[in-house]
Amino acid sequence: MSRWLLTACILLVASLLAGLAVGPVHVSALGIVEDALSHLPFLDAGTRLPRVEEAIVWDLRAPRVLLGALVGGMLALSGGAYQAVFRNPLADPYLLGAAAGAGLGATLAIAYGHGDDGLRPLAAFAGAAVAAAAAYLLGATAGVGRGTTTLLLAGVAIASFLTAAQTFVLQRNSDTVREVYSWILGQLDTAGSGDILLVAPYIAVSAAVILAHRRLLDVLRIGDEEASSLGVDVGRVRLIVLAAATVGTAAAISVCGLIGFVGIVVPHTVRLLAGASYRVVLPLSLLFGASFLVLADIVSRTVVSPAELPIGVVTAAVGAPFFAFVLRSGRWVGV
Amino acid sequence: MRSIGPRALALLTLAVAIAALAAGCGNGDATSFSISAQTPRRIVSLSPTATEDLFAIGAGDLVVAVDDQSSFPPQAPRTDLSGFQPNVEAIVSHRPDLVVMAGEGTRAAARGLQELGVRVLVQPAARTLSQAYAQIRQLGGITTHSTAAERVVARMRARIARALRAAPLGRGLSFYHELGPDYFSADSNTFIGRIYALFGLANVADAAAGAAGTGYPQLSAEHILAADPDLIVLADAGCCGQSAATVRHRPGWAGVAAVRRGGVVVVDEDVASRWGPRIPLFAEEIASAIRRVEGVRRG
Repeated sequence: MSRWLLTACILLVASLLAGLAVGPVHVSALGIVEDALSHLPFLDAGTRLPRVEEAIVWDLRAPRVLLGALVGGMLALSGGAYQAVFRNPLADPYLLGAAAGAGLGATLAIAYGHGDDGLRPLAAFAGAAVAAAAAYLLGATAGVGRGTTTLLLAGVAIASFLTAAQTFVLQRNSDTVREVYSWILGQLDTAGSGDILLVAPYIAVSAAVILAHRRLLDVLRIGDEEASSLGVDVGRVRLIVLAAATVGTAAAISVCGLIGFVGIVVPHTVRLLAGASYRVVLPLSLLFGASFLVLADIVSRTVVSPAELPIGVVTAAVGAPFFAFVLRSGRWVGV
Repeated sequence: MRSIGPRALALLTLAVAIAALAAGCGNGDATSFSISAQTPRRIVSLSPTATEDLFAIGAGDLVVAVDDQSSFPPQAPRTDLSGFQPNVEAIVSHRPDLVVMAGEGTRAAARGLQELGVRVLVQPAARTLSQAYAQIRQLGGITTHSTAAERVVARMRARIARALRAAPLGRGLSFYHELGPDYFSADSNTFIGRIYALFGLANVADAAAGAAGTGYPQLSAEHILAADPDLIVLADAGCCGQSAATVRHRPGWAGVAAVRRGGVVVVDEDVASRWGPRIPLFAEEIASAIRRVEGVRRG
């Protein structure tokens, strides 16, 4: 565990630095370090970069890298939490309809918001939270005592319904297709520091709550009845963890759009590398997820430079083959 | 992932259809269907450009319905018909004898209309001014307004030539044409890109020309800042609330030449996204922006 934790931390720091240093415009890494030094108070060292390069590194790349780390970590952690609660390897943070809800919210904001940028994250957040809550209520009331299956099916129903609603709104406002489409494929690009301040508190609290429950999630792995006989309130743990994972996910996608695959590929990779105990999987997912999205974002802004590729395309296109490789080379570990 | 799969696919299809529409994947020649000798009396236009063309050449009284995007001229009989997702029944309910469409994505509807005996004219997105003029002339020919159509074309040519003469100093200036706050732009192979090229302006989107087959690449903000354009032309004021003030407040943008020297211009995005009779208006806006920026630069 501690060996992997160290690896994950080193990788995260390396990814963050790479995220600052690599982009369509070449800025030397040494120059960035010197520029950073020159901004430190009481330290007469370093030389400043030219104005444009300074703006590119600190105004464009830095918020983007930080937001990528926050969102990637949160999505991976939520994915791990969902898999733990549902005891299903295919579970991801969008299982209860959060993505569909956020999609409908964002589409409504884009179509009827009259260009008000502040409205979109709020609408996406509300959509995701309401969708997941509705799925939970539907599943919990319909399937008393039947475990997580009804919950899962309720999620499918809610997601399909909201997707239909979103498509309808989009058809009525076909001029907004491009904007909605690029939101759905995810973007860290237009992220300013305002976005970070907006989502960081939600992500911090959600992550803390999920991590605090990691031992109880391990107990849930042996089955509901056994866990109950050990004195664990299964329903309560499930509700708290799902609520935290959903709020965190909703915050993440409210500013970045629907970045897929992170919530599945990262926790599974961690499981294959470091074992299936959630005491290990959850913290490592947080760290590796952060690195993964920061690295994916580097690809998204360099591969067709100076154009941009939506980050959702990169996470799937890079993540899927990588995941296939990990699956083949590692031993399968159950959730 | 599973839940966004089909939706992403559906949207991708839609977006591709619209990109194809916008870029005019066809050859751009406006000669898609043979036109019988009879003059149309009831025209439905599902193309905002064709709507503007028809009214400009004085054939507006033949137009019985236009699509939901045909926002100009104001007296055009706007309906909720969709040009992107044409519904044959809804179109036929207006009893047209000619339907004008813009896109390749509307092939199925075009076939459906023809089977019902309605004439269909497809005028895809023009890539050059001469294609735009040809479409106006074609509409003139069909509606027996040829003389008026020639007059409209001559007037457009003259106004554009005057705008070009008024801004001879565009050569050497660079510009960024913004289609959305997510930095979608248009390269020089697009209709609007060619208009800028007439002024000799250098397009910062051309560096990414290969990246989007459509001619409308999504640029990275870094690239725009590093390219330091002299002009920023906002075609996203109406849709997305962008303005000189919002551009100035984007992180890192305050230092861009266009922002410092008053080179951020808002254009009418309907005019800038169509290839109709109001294009000279756009050329004149660009000409005056060039003059203003040149004036500031020379002190």
